[in-house]
Amino acid sequence: MIRTSRIVPAIALVTVLLGSGAEAQTIKIGVNEPLTGAFAASGTYVVNGAKIAADEINAKGGILGKKIELVIEDNKSNPTEAAAVAEKLITSDKVPVLMGAWGSSLTLAVMPKLIEYETPMVVETSSSSKITTTGNPFIFRISPPSSVEAAAFKGIVDKLALKKVDFLVINNDWGRGTAEDFSKMMKEKGIGIGLVETMDQGAQDMSAQLSKIKGSDSETVIVTTAVDQLTLIFKQAAALGLKKRIIATGGSQNPDQIIAQAGAAANGTMHLTTFLPWFPEKTPNPEATNYFVSEWKKRGFDFAGCTESFRGYDGIRTAAAAIEKAGKAEPAAIKAALWDINVKGLNGDIVFRKSGPAGKESGQSQPNVYLIEISDGKVDMKTL
Amino acid sequence: MSEFLQHLINMLVLGGTYALLGIGLTLIFGIMNVVNFTHGVLYTFGAYIMFIVVQQLGLNFFLALPVAVVAGWLLGAVIELTLLRPLRGSDIDTTMLVMIGAWIAMQSATLWIWGGVAKSVATPFPEAPLVLGPVSVSWLRLFVLAAAALLIVVTYLLINRTKLGCAMRATFQDQDTASLMGVNVDLIYTSTFAIGSSLAAAAGALLGPVYVIFPQMGDLAAVKAFAIVILGGLGNITGAVIGGFILALAEELGAGYISSGYRDAMGFLIIIAVLIFKPTGLFARSERVG
Repeated sequence: MIRTSRIVPAIALVTVLLGSGAEAQTIKIGVNEPLTGAFAASGTYVVNGAKIAADEINAKGGILGKKIELVIEDNKSNPTEAAAVAEKLITSDKVPVLMGAWGSSLTLAVMPKLIEYETPMVVETSSSSKITTTGNPFIFRISPPSSVEAAAFKGIVDKLALKKVDFLVINNDWGRGTAEDFSKMMKEKGIGIGLVETMDQGAQDMSAQLSKIKGSDSETVIVTTAVDQLTLIFKQAAALGLKKRIIATGGSQNPDQIIAQAGAAANGTMHLTTFLPWFPEKTPNPEATNYFVSEWKKRGFDFAGCTESFRGYDGIRTAAAAIEKAGKAEPAAIKAALWDINVKGLNGDIVFRKSGPAGKESGQSQPNVYLIEISDGKVDMKTL
Repeated sequence: MSEFLQHLINMLVLGGTYALLGIGLTLIFGIMNVVNFTHGVLYTFGAYIMFIVVQQLGLNFFLALPVAVVAGWLLGAVIELTLLRPLRGSDIDTTMLVMIGAWIAMQSATLWIWGGVAKSVATPFPEAPLVLGPVSVSWLRLFVLAAAALLIVVTYLLINRTKLGCAMRATFQDQDTASLMGVNVDLIYTSTFAIGSSLAAAAGALLGPVYVIFPQMGDLAAVKAFAIVILGGLGNITGAVIGGFILALAEELGAGYISSGYRDAMGFLIIIAVLIFKPTGLFARSERVG
């Protein structure tokens, strides 16, 4: 009796597992994002944007006659978890294409898995230059690398009359990569580089770093990190009486969230972003932007999240376009098709160009970069 | 020079909160001999109570603090009654495993209830800082320092000047003798754990509004609390207070003059040094062995 009572549920479980694997009524897209940990806010926004894209595509009948299904996993803002999640999505959920993994260190950790299982990934947020230059042919990035950000920023440095800058960056591939690319560009422009301070991704108290920067002879601080830490930095900088101009890079700063949480401390700060939800008419595809922003609001999400969530929206539309072009939901066909697509992204056309060592190039599209300034609690656009 | 002064001010403000984190843990870890892995979750819990009372119920900021302390006290009592009491007398490893389980379960529960996205709490303090010549400090942080100092003094008096404190010390020196002298040992265990927990919740409630509130916020706080307790010597409240300030000083000066990338490593370097050269902690009294 005891034996059968144990075996019956085991058989039932196996049947359920086999059953769910057997019916492939949907086309799966794996989503590998940080939903907890230091980047939880950003990852959640990206996933919500991705859901809007999936719903929009499914409402129009899906692709190849099937609905798309997002398989969403949390990488906990941790590179080890990001790699494990990618492996799980590919081997257990059998997704033919992935989108992820928000942070550069997270994406870099996933990259060897893509080669191992020969599965392509659309990179929606990460900006470390390393991602598209190390020769991983399964990487297709729609966000700008920090060198592109630096190049876009080059045009405005004279207007801002920068003389000497300090850096305060998150201590990972993203932050250190940004400090490197921006320093290089600024040195070419004859701008002095002062301190380069780092902070742990989970750190909540940056007073020591900010006190040091307060005492330096630079007039500007370039800050690179995600929105939660940025909010803390603005508050703590104000509390220390730091009067320098703060410019945030990376496009993950959700200016509205900073205005809401940091209040007056956010005034006078400048931000490099990759999307303009405040000024849809100035974006490359105003109609699509208006649709996305209104859908975002309709779902009751915080408007502040738009600057991040559009990447999830564009990322899923990119993956879906490639599946459609490939004609089948198989990794190799999708990878080949990604080179031929042209998607009307919210921040410019998504067309992949080759980047990295010959023979194993990664794909990189060329999105726009904008500079905005927060003044009197409002977002103003600056011309680059 | 002004940069050094600013570092010292930062150290004072940070040290006060570290001290508060440390004394709650030193009571439980040092006196009860329970490795309390739920300390960080209780810290997180206090911060979320603050969020509920101030942001969701719209009540007064200053009212929220005692609410968080009481809530932490109650949760601590529940943990002691349900998890620790049945395990009394079992070895330290068993209790440790159960506490690790409780930590993971409670952290997952906060994630389940409030989600992973960080929350912030509005405070009644002005945003403009208090400027004293070359240095400045925010009013909120000064308030946190004052509140922490008050809680530390109250705890010190409670342990060293009251009958309950006397019974607590007696119980953890020799449970059987204390019991023979008419001390209700069960009650002492529950109250000690509850007091330690309420201090962790108080630290979370005070620091939540300074930083942002999210489910994993307690992890780093707990690690620092353990560092402080080891630094100051197990069960030594004065040691925990001084340990808190030493850790804050090491972090501030380490980040300011050595490398900011290693800021959080400074505390651990100190622990390694302490464990090598003075394993009983910097301020441990001489103790009879055996």
